[in-house]
Amino acid sequence: MNFMSASGNPQLNKHGELNHLLTIEGLPREVLERILDIAAPFTGVAEREVKKVPLLRGKSVFNLFFENSTRTRTTFEIAAKRLSADVINLNISTSSANKGETLLDTADNLAAMQADMFVVRHASSGAPYLIAQHLAATGRDHIHVVNAGDGRHAHPTQGLLDMYTIRHYKKDFSQLTVAVVGDVLHSRVARSQIHALTTLGVPEVRVIAPKTLLPTGIDRLGVRVFNDMREGLRGVDVVMMLRLQNERMQGALLPSTQEYFKSWGLTPEKLALAKPDAIVMHPGPMNRGVEIDSAVADGSQAVILPQVTFGIAVRMAVMAMLAGNS
Amino acid sequence: MKIHIKNGRLIDPASNTDKALDLFIGAGRIVGVGSAPAGFEANSVLDASGCIVCPGLVDLAARLREPGFEYRATLESEMAAAAAGGVTRLACPPDTDPVLDEPGLVEMLTHRARLPEFAHVHPVGALTTQLEGKALTEMVELSEAGCVAFGQANRAIVDTQVLLRAMMYAATFDFPVWLQAQDPFLAKKGVAHDGEVAARLGLAGIPVAAETIALATILHLARETGARVHVTRVSSAAGVDMIVAARAAGIGVTCDVAIHHLHLCEVDIGFFNAHARLDPPLRSVRDRDALRAGLASGAIDALCSDHTPVDDDGKQMPFDEAEVGATGLELLLPLTLKWAREMKLPLTTALARVTSDPARILGVKAGSLAVGAAADICVFDPVAEYAVTRESLRSQGKNTPFLGVEFPGRVRYTLIDGHLAFDGTLAW
Repeated sequence: MNFMSASGNPQLNKHGELNHLLTIEGLPREVLERILDIAAPFTGVAEREVKKVPLLRGKSVFNLFFENSTRTRTTFEIAAKRLSADVINLNISTSSANKGETLLDTADNLAAMQADMFVVRHASSGAPYLIAQHLAATGRDHIHVVNAGDGRHAHPTQGLLDMYTIRHYKKDFSQLTVAVVGDVLHSRVARSQIHALTTLGVPEVRVIAPKTLLPTGIDRLGVRVFNDMREGLRGVDVVMMLRLQNERMQGALLPSTQEYFKSWGLTPEKLALAKPDAIVMHPGPMNRGVEIDSAVADGSQAVILPQVTFGIAVRMAVMAMLAGNS
Repeated sequence: MKIHIKNGRLIDPASNTDKALDLFIGAGRIVGVGSAPAGFEANSVLDASGCIVCPGLVDLAARLREPGFEYRATLESEMAAAAAGGVTRLACPPDTDPVLDEPGLVEMLTHRARLPEFAHVHPVGALTTQLEGKALTEMVELSEAGCVAFGQANRAIVDTQVLLRAMMYAATFDFPVWLQAQDPFLAKKGVAHDGEVAARLGLAGIPVAAETIALATILHLARETGARVHVTRVSSAAGVDMIVAARAAGIGVTCDVAIHHLHLCEVDIGFFNAHARLDPPLRSVRDRDALRAGLASGAIDALCSDHTPVDDDGKQMPFDEAEVGATGLELLLPLTLKWAREMKLPLTTALARVTSDPARILGVKAGSLAVGAAADICVFDPVAEYAVTRESLRSQGKNTPFLGVEFPGRVRYTLIDGHLAFDGTLAW
């Protein structure tokens, strides 16, 4: 019952295999590399005349989105369908949660519909852990949980697709300097990227942000902190931009989007401080003119659209791997 | 009813006694220590071989959940928990529903609690109506109804002018004011200590400054008003330092810490363990160590359970949505003993923090084994293991981060006014 505080990693089954994907933190390097390796051939599936492989045939994947997200939900849906799974989309922010049903009641009901996998997006950090814990406590550990973004905590498939993208363009992680720029405080993407980069052996991970958008203790995650973007971008191989949400302009975190863009917006002039062959990434959706200049977003160094394409292959790899570990 | 407690090791912190002494009880009071008074003939003999005999524990914060939250706990369930935990006297915070801001409610609670097997209950009255921090309560009336102090539970008074006036008014009658030091703005939406763990888990943080800023306000106003201030649930090293400095400057402030903050820190949140969702939040290891040392030195006056029973539904939620608090009445003694053992403290010192010291803060004659004192007594086996399980907990709240843990220290007998309220030889 006391699964949460157990020292073991709740993502792994008793054989040490990945049973759920909840966070990148604490996963061995080999597991991350294996996911990237499995993803590689899946990038070819989309080029086939029949864009499907039968790995998840007969399986039911439930997309449980307690928070709206068209983009992430769609990519999970495509990934599951290309694996031949049956996909059921539930947009719960507009259904049962508003009728007072608890998160675990929802999970129980869907589990009773013979689900094989839950893809969970939730506004609260840790919500997918709660579901995984509940499934374990009730003997339904065969249902896999994939975290599709929980609060500020983690977005592991985004972190993995970013790693796939970096590996695709840069080959070797061991010589890189990578900068993560923007609203780290509220970003689940940033946390997953940082854990993935440090696990895969990137020697220097930088975060660049104003002090109001950095969590206390971020340096303990193995990153170098820069407040000055020009200083932070100097000599980097990869620039990973974060989305700045409009509501951050309220609550005294930032004075205005204009001032933010001036200091932390990625312009061609600031990008010129990075290595000439540096790549620019963004998890989307972009706010042009807020965190990124259109000239950069549409420029030759941007790999933002390939990220989306690779994202489907990586999500296929994660689902195939979890289903294979049943 | 005359009772003879024999063969025990008697520890009475109030008189600094630690000695093999028998105890003799008559008419609800202690009538003899070491030797029976002339003509004493016991109706009942309790064997305390291998056990420590000490004053019943005095807990400065136990939520009984009545009125209003009976689905979480009832007076019956929580009084059974108190007796099983050796707690014979407790103060309950005013954050019931309705809040304890009217004399009638306080009278009803104390009346309901007046059963021989129930611990003595001291309600803490609301300092402001509805705990809203706007209007003062009828403190004199509430005091006459049984309130020993006035406080806000864990709700802050945002308007410092109201806080100043509330403290002035309380000081007029020398009523103690119990306040938790947490700035509501710095704590806004926060669910965990603003540190490494919150950064990793993506939880909104509550910085130490939330405590120190509120504490600075409270201490300044205590000096201004001369109010008798007791600071509840100190959570940080900086907070302890400020209280020590205030005392050195002549401010007569007291404070307490909760059992969880003495033994746990932010790391114990683990993978979003909602049982570790507490208020104030569990802070860093360094803070925890300062609390442990502060309680040992007396910088922190008392240790309390901060007993907060929560039903399973309230905890089976994502960390930031889960109800705050943990059950604690049955853990107060074992966690006091664990702390004493780890700090290598004499039991007279350690037990003082849960008996005579909190009794002094309550301003009641209790927490002592002197002849003539009320026979509120805890007899416990310091070696026998107590396993914390859903089944072993008598509290209706099964919410504790210590579920599944075993601690040495099991209560054998609890006596309240000479009445055997708990008999561990039957219960186990």
